[in-house]
Order: sequence, then C-alpha cells, then structure tokens
Amino acid sequence: MSGLLAGKRLLVTGVITEASIAFSVAKLAQNEGATVVLTGFGRMSLVERVAKRLPKPAPVIELDVTNTEHLESLASRVSEHVDGLDGVVHSIAFAPQSCLGGGFLTAPWEDVATALHISTYSFKSLATACLPLMGRGGAIVGLDFDAQQAWPVYDWMGVAKAGLESASRYLARDLGPRGIRVNLVAAGPLRTMAAKSIPGFERFEETWTARAPLGWNLTDSEPVARACLALLSDWFPATTGEIIHVDGGFHAIGA
Amino acid sequence: MTREEIQNGLSEILEEVAGVNPDDVSEEKSFTEDLEVDSLSMVEVVVAAEEKFGVKIPDDAVQDLRTVGDAITFIEKAAA
Repeated sequence: MSGLLAGKRLLVTGVITEASIAFSVAKLAQNEGATVVLTGFGRMSLVERVAKRLPKPAPVIELDVTNTEHLESLASRVSEHVDGLDGVVHSIAFAPQSCLGGGFLTAPWEDVATALHISTYSFKSLATACLPLMGRGGAIVGLDFDAQQAWPVYDWMGVAKAGLESASRYLARDLGPRGIRVNLVAAGPLRTMAAKSIPGFERFEETWTARAPLGWNLTDSEPVARACLALLSDWFPATTGEIIHVDGGFHAIGA
Repeated sequence: MTREEIQNGLSEILEEVAGVNPDDVSEEKSFTEDLEVDSLSMVEVVVAAEEKFGVKIPDDAVQDLRTVGDAITFIEKAAA
C-alpha cells in the first residue's frame, strides 16, 4: 500500500453526515493508505450508514466524550479493530442554543459548561483515552475555528475554541516527551450539520468568500481534510502546538 | 415504482429511523410539523431513502421536501 498515510492506523471522531469534515478526513486518509476506525455519537445508526459510504467501510465505535466509561473503555474497544494508533482526529464540538446566535450575555453557566466539556475538555479526554495505543511519531489533530477575535453569533463556542487552542498547546507540552505531536487546523466556515445549527451562520459566509485572498468554497471540506492528513503524516515531524489556518487566507486580511 | 410503493418504502424508513407510526404517514403530512421528524432524523431518512431507492438527494433539494408527497415526487422523478 502506498500513499501519504500508508500503513497508518487512525481514529477519526465527528462523522455524522457525508458533509462532515471528519468524513472528508476519513475518505482521503483511506485513499492515502490509512486504516480508519470511526467513533460516533448519539445517532449511531446514521453514523453507521454514512460509514458505509467511505471507500472502505469503517467500523464505528460509540463515544460520548462526556461519558467516563466510554472514555475508559475506548482503547480496548479500538484495539478490537487495530493493534495501535498512529493518529487521532478530534472533530467534536457542541453548544446548547442559548450559547450561540447572540446569547453571549444571557447563556447560563450550565449551558456554557456543557459547551466547554464537549468542545474543549474533550480534546484532552480523547487524547489521554487513546494514549495507551499511541507511540512515538503519533499525531493528534483537532478542528478549530480561529479564536483570536470575537465573531458574530459564535459567542460561547468562540470561547470554547479559544480554550481548545490553549488546551492544544498544553497537550503538546505534555505529550511532546512521548514523541506525540498535537496540532489544530483552523478551518474557514463550512456548511456542515454543525454549521446548520448556528443561527446566523450565513453572516460568516458573505464576508469570508469576499475577503479570503484565495476565495473560499463553503461546501468543499477537502482543503481542510488535506491539511489534517498532512499533520497526521510524517511530513511535519517537528511541528507541535501549532494552528494551521485553512481558510483561504482570511485570517491574514484586516478588512 | 408507483407512488404507493415509494410511500410504503418511506413509511418503513420513517418508522425505523424516527419511530413514526406508518398509519400516520400520508402524502399531505409535513415531516417536521405533522410527523415531528427532527433535523438529524431527517438527515438519516434521506440517507436511508437514497439507499432504498437508489437515488441521490442533494442537500439543497432536501430543504424543499416539506411533505411526504414532496419526497415521493422527488424520488419518482430521480428514479425515472
């Protein structure tokens, strides 16, 4: 088997539909020679149907990142399919409706806590749950949305992503001695299931496509997936704690 | 495929995916309002329908499928 990820064993979270960024990652990774195991949450029957649409059908393991038992048993459940992991992709985020769409000043702590638990803390939880299966040269990649500035409607999810960016640096610090790299891909807006649940998401769309020097296709997640693959590959061996922007260059331009 | 065959197929999917009673399914019923199919269930109904009927239902088409009858018409045309 040849390809960028030949022989690599990957755990990919966050597939819910074919439009999911994680679906693109899994598809491209298989095409580049990787063996992929998926995790699914909530609607397992949908994830399983979608998993069958990959170039090679992939096994799906149930994982609720807030469920301690799921996390504790994850390594043993993954090892029923692969004998170790070379890469892990975190593509998980959620915020209750109160936290999005203009609710920054009114969202209650309980809802904010849920957003942070699932979108920020889970990066660490997933990493440590997979650690028993990972060795030197391993890579963890998370999906981010640029958190250096405040956005319209993104509200507490923006704060959760800022936390994710910080958590990624601390993970990089603590996993570096084990030879494991931790990086994020800050994607431009994509019309995924997650995006559909953000009221006012279209406010990103117009500005992004107009301002990004390279332009931006809201329905093509392949550029983001390619960056994830590159970070999972052996071609960024000395890069960790980094955030790669895959946004058409939007972040570099002021107005 | 007749409209009735498509409707029967859709009823099976709706029962399996969203727990909708097949007796409640008829052409004029709205997926979200009458049958209370939530957005994620609707995604799964679409995926399952694509498999069952061997058609492709693009995202922008799904928005226009308000009632069971709309879906039957779409599948009828797409499968023709």
